[in-house]
Formats: sequence, structure tokens, C-alpha cells
Amino acid sequence: MILTVLHLTTYRYETPVRGVVQSHRLTPSQFDGQKTLSWRVEVEGGQRGGGFRDGAGDWVQGYSVRGPVSELVVRVAGEVETFDLAGMLKGHRETVPPEAYLRETAATRPDAALAELGREASAGARDPLDAAHRISAAVAEAIAYAPGATHAHTTAAEALAQGEGVCQDHAHALIAAARAQGTPARYVSGYLMADVAELPHEAAHAWAELHIAGLGWVGFDAANRCCPDGRFIRLGSGFDARDAAPIRGIARGPGSESLDVTVAIQAVQQ
Amino acid sequence: MEPTYFNEMYQNGGVRSPYRHLENWTAEMPAELRSLKQAEAEALFRRIGITFAVYGEGGDPDRLIPFDMFPRVFTAAEWARLERGIKQRARALNAFLVDVYGRGEIVRAGRIPARLVYQNEAYEKAVAGFVPPRGVYSHIVGIDLVRTGPDEFFVLEDNCRTPSGVSYMLENREIMMRMFPALFRENRIQPVDRYPELLRRTLQSVAPAKCDREPVVVILTPGHFNSAYYEHSFLADLMGVELVEGQDLFVEGEFVYMRTTEGPKKVDVIYRRIDDAFLDPLCFRPDSALGVPGLMDVYRSGGVTICSAPGAGVADDKAIYTFVPEMIRFYLGETPILQNVPTWQCGKPEDLKHVLAHLGELVVKEVHGSGGYGMLVGPRSTQEQIARFAERILADPANYIAQPTLALSTVPTFVEEGIAPRHVDLRPYCLVGERVELVPGGLTRVALKEGSLVVNSSQGGGVKDTWVLAE
Repeated sequence: MILTVLHLTTYRYETPVRGVVQSHRLTPSQFDGQKTLSWRVEVEGGQRGGGFRDGAGDWVQGYSVRGPVSELVVRVAGEVETFDLAGMLKGHRETVPPEAYLRETAATRPDAALAELGREASAGARDPLDAAHRISAAVAEAIAYAPGATHAHTTAAEALAQGEGVCQDHAHALIAAARAQGTPARYVSGYLMADVAELPHEAAHAWAELHIAGLGWVGFDAANRCCPDGRFIRLGSGFDARDAAPIRGIARGPGSESLDVTVAIQAVQQ
Repeated sequence: MEPTYFNEMYQNGGVRSPYRHLENWTAEMPAELRSLKQAEAEALFRRIGITFAVYGEGGDPDRLIPFDMFPRVFTAAEWARLERGIKQRARALNAFLVDVYGRGEIVRAGRIPARLVYQNEAYEKAVAGFVPPRGVYSHIVGIDLVRTGPDEFFVLEDNCRTPSGVSYMLENREIMMRMFPALFRENRIQPVDRYPELLRRTLQSVAPAKCDREPVVVILTPGHFNSAYYEHSFLADLMGVELVEGQDLFVEGEFVYMRTTEGPKKVDVIYRRIDDAFLDPLCFRPDSALGVPGLMDVYRSGGVTICSAPGAGVADDKAIYTFVPEMIRFYLGETPILQNVPTWQCGKPEDLKHVLAHLGELVVKEVHGSGGYGMLVGPRSTQEQIARFAERILADPANYIAQPTLALSTVPTFVEEGIAPRHVDLRPYCLVGERVELVPGGLTRVALKEGSLVVNSSQGGGVKDTWVLAE
């Protein structure tokens, strides 16, 4: 499948700021499931900083913008050919060992309910892969898709207690439940072309990867009850949403900031 | 039974050779002169401004660490062996850091459990896959040593992040030379004042590949409210480099710049005295106001060097400490010159059993603790204190390690009643860059309370000048 992406992020500063520094994970991952045909990240008035591939295999690129800045647009446009690998992250090079992804973070700390969900779901599983599928399904059951029910800082435990959330909450809950079972798990950010009406429509998407002995990292999208396929573009990973954020930034100056994001994904060839 | 302690000056009724000139010195010093000199020393320290606010202790933040005028002395031969052992350890610790952020051979070989390394709070995923200039993560390694006999030294712990206290090594010497110049004529004492120059050269030697001129070094401090601020400004002054706070630095494009009255100036090497978590709000704690946004991207893409490297702390964790002799064998193929203190890991059931049964004889420490807080010295504790501590261990066994109570050596020390032996330790500062360097000396800390084995300044410890004699 060939997907085109147009992703615009616009920051508006109430009072012009003295400068902005950003760190991007906005480049498609290199693995057998995707081939980048063209890709461009542009930061209006920005100066490209250092870029490097980190230990998790993600391309990280710094940007700085000299002030005064009252509006800043990050424009991502490109074309990626994708292949359905049933969620498997084949051919991806990374240095960080899976064991590192057993560490808890504030957003993914398992409470008793999350640990219980993981334990119950994986009981009776044929093998670790089956267990992962079952935990993912249990998370989908337990947290209904409800945009606006949660916010950026909602934790996995809070989302489960509430029973509602968006893809970030599904991913956090799945990660927490898997780690509680001793399975390394991480948060993945990327894009999804959602062409089916009943699927949650979140073009800027997030899901989880669980490390399965013998298979390596496998993606699970609890929000859509599936594993990533040709409709997904993977950008980067982290311990949780904050750690895997495609754009991290800081503006120097007082005043508030507003954010506007639009993402359009289209299939140009099936 | 009270154990016997190695007295570094008096043995078998005689004076050991390195101390031979000190016997007359004290004998000829009347009590009035001594108290006069002690007052003079204190006044000098006050005037220089060297103070050490003690974390969490309250009280006077400008409290002086007591300085004891009686020096601690090593022979050249004793030091030569220590030096080899310290440098060996510093090389192994750095090899370990490059390895665990790279292929992790020591873990793959089954010599260190993966969990201790990769689930360690000090393991920084953000630097995995990165080899800093010259393969050095820890540029200043502070190794805490104790002595229990003429040839017996044990390493208590390694400090790979930003060990403090080196300003005392320099100031103690300066003050002794000012007050007792005759002593420095009678004894052939190796100088320590090359340290700032060596530190500057070490830091410059690890400038990033993108630096094509004489590297600009700065010291990054959290600010004047930090307990070691004096040391930060002292070292900056002696090295002739700028002392900066996070707000004085900014990232533009591929580099880090410092704001100066003449405009922005590019910085090549940052000797940081702030913790990893505060270095860069984009990478670590988002609420940090002490760091520099974007610093880590510049670091990882080779635009600046951070000393010590972020992530270096995974090598000096108390649980990892047990494996340092293994690192020396694994990476260097050498036999460890300095010994570790036998250590029980309370996280292991059989060790926990032993520890709980012998609390009265052991020293128990928190794995991540420092400064002598949260520790139990069995032989100096009441039954009740021991029982309370046992509960704390049981609540979280993996958080504690235990070691035998070591018979720390003593050095004569001026006390109210005259001169009496007091227990000491030693922290030398090993520099690692293009070369591995060690100035002949270090910080000797002394437990001023009679019988006390805790030398931390927060627990009533003082400091002494440390002499290494020439051949």
C-alpha cells in the first residue's frame, strides 16, 4: 500500500516568544514493513539542529527557531510504501535491549486492576503471543473509545477505572498490563489511515509493541482491535506517550500557547 | 570484643616512617598554640568562603566542615599501589559504561544480570547506542577507600557522576602550607595543585569531533543554593573557565552557546554539576528549569560533550558495585588490585536471611542512598534501632545491601583532650580523558566523634590534608 501523509502542527503564542527549541521523532522507522518514498519535515523559520538515530532505532532531529515568534508551523509531508507484516517489527535495528522496557513510568504504573486484567487475560493462553493478543483484547473491552473523556496526562490506571479513553489510553493500559506480566512493552507513535467508518478515526495514532520471545517486537492496536498492517506508519517509540512524542518542544517566554493539529492520510495505491 | 584498629602513625610502640617528622611537630606545639592555629585555620576557611550546606540537616547553611590540622600521610610506595588500583578501576568502569550502552557483552556473557543494568533507574535509554568522545562516560571518578591494615585497602563505593569534595583537597593543602611552612620543608610532600590544570586538560581532551579549535569548557551549576556551589565556582576560577547556569546557555542549530556581554559564544565541553534528570527538559524531567532545552540532541549528534556523560550513574549504583571486580577481569583481563568489601544483597533470599540474623555486626545501606542517610551501623545501634531497621529492610529488601563493619584505620587527630586516634577514609579523584591521571592526594574524611565510623560531613565528619611523600 502507498500512503501519503500531510501533517501540520501549528503553535500560536499569545505573546511572541524569544525562541523555540524542538526535538522531533517525525521520520518513518526503517524496517521491512515500510519504505519511505519521499519525506520532508519543514519548520517555518527554523534552523535544523543535530540529527541522529537513537538507541531505539528512531531518527531524532533537533530544531531551533529564533524569536520573536508568534506562530510556528511544523509541516510534515511524504509518501511511504507499507507492507502488512501482521504487526511484526522485522528488520528494525536497535541497541536498547527489551529488558529496558520493563521499567514503569508514572503514566504506565500498573495498579491492582491493571495487573489483574493482565493476569486474567493471559491465564490459559497457549503461548506468549496468544497471551499478548488476549491482553490487547481485554484492554479493548475494558476501555471504550470515547474522545474527550480523558486528557494528555491521564494515566493507564485512571483510564481503566474510568472505562473510557482514546488510543493513548489503550496503549498505556496495554503496556502497563503487559509489563505487570513481565512482558517488555512500549509505546509507539505514528499515523493510521482509517478508511472504515466504524473505526475510531485518529490519523495521528498510537499503539503498543510487546516483546515476544522468538518473534521480537510485535505491535498491538487495542483501540482498533488489530495488529498494525499496511494502513499504519510507524514513527518512533518510548516508555510512554511523553517519551515517544513525535514533537517535544519548549518556548522561551511567558504567555500561553495554543496548538492546532491536522493530519491527512490517503492511500494512493492499494 | 572491641576490634583492633590499624593506627596509621603508631605501630608496635613505634612511629611508622611516613609520620616520623610529625611526632616532634606535635610534641613541640603547646596547647595554646594549637588552639590559636585551629582558630586561624577556621578564619582562613571562612575568609575563602568554603562552606558546605548539609542536605536535609537544617541549621546553618554556611556551616564549615571542621578541618583537622593533623595530616594523613602515605609513602610513595603505598601510593603507587593505590594509584594502580584506582586507575584500573576507573578504566573498567568506563569500559562497562560503553559496553552497556552498546552491545552489552558483559550481560550477554552472563557476568552481570540484565535486570540490574537495564531496569536500573540510572540506565538512560536516551544515550543507548552512543559512544562519547574517546569512549569516556565518567571523566572524574571518585573512589571511596578505607584502610584496615598496612597493605589492606577496600573500596567502599565508586562515584562516577559528579563526585564533590575536591575543593577540600586543594584548600586543605593551601591552608596547611600557609600555617605550617616549616612542615613542607621537613617533609617531601608531592604537590596536588596541578589538579585544576589536569582537569581542564582532561575536559578539553574529550571535545566533540565537530570542535575544530581550542575547546571552550564551562562548568554548569544548579546555582548558588546548591550545597557544592562554592566548589563549582572555585574550580571554574582555578581552571580559568566560565561558571554558568542553565539559563546562560542555549541551543541554536547544531550547537550550544553561552550568553556573554560580547554576544553568544560556542561551548564545546560542559562539566556539569547537575543531575541527569535536570539536564534537558525536552529529554528528561520536563519541569526542570536548571537545564538547557535541546542539549541532549546536540550532545547525541556530536555538537557538545557533557562530563560526566548522562547515564554514567548506572556504573556506581551500590548493586552494580558488587560486580566491579568482575568488570576488571572481563574488560581488562587483569586481577583487581583493590578489593571490594564483601557485600550481601538483601534482594537475594539467602543473603537477606544472613543479614537479618547478623544485623548487630553489619552496616546496612540503601542501594541508592548517599551521604550516610538511611543507613544502620549495627555495632553502634541499640536493639530498638536494629529492630526498627529490620522492618524497613523487610518492607523492601531489594533496596538494601549489607557489609561487615570494617575496622577503619585511625590517624591522630586534634581533639579537646589533646591528640587521639580517629577513624578515616579516603576519596581520591581520578581523571579520565585522553589519559588517565591521578594527583597524589585526595580528600581524607575523619569521624571526629570518638569511636564513630561514619565520616560523612552530615554526621559529624571533618577533613584532613592528605600527604603523599616523594620517594
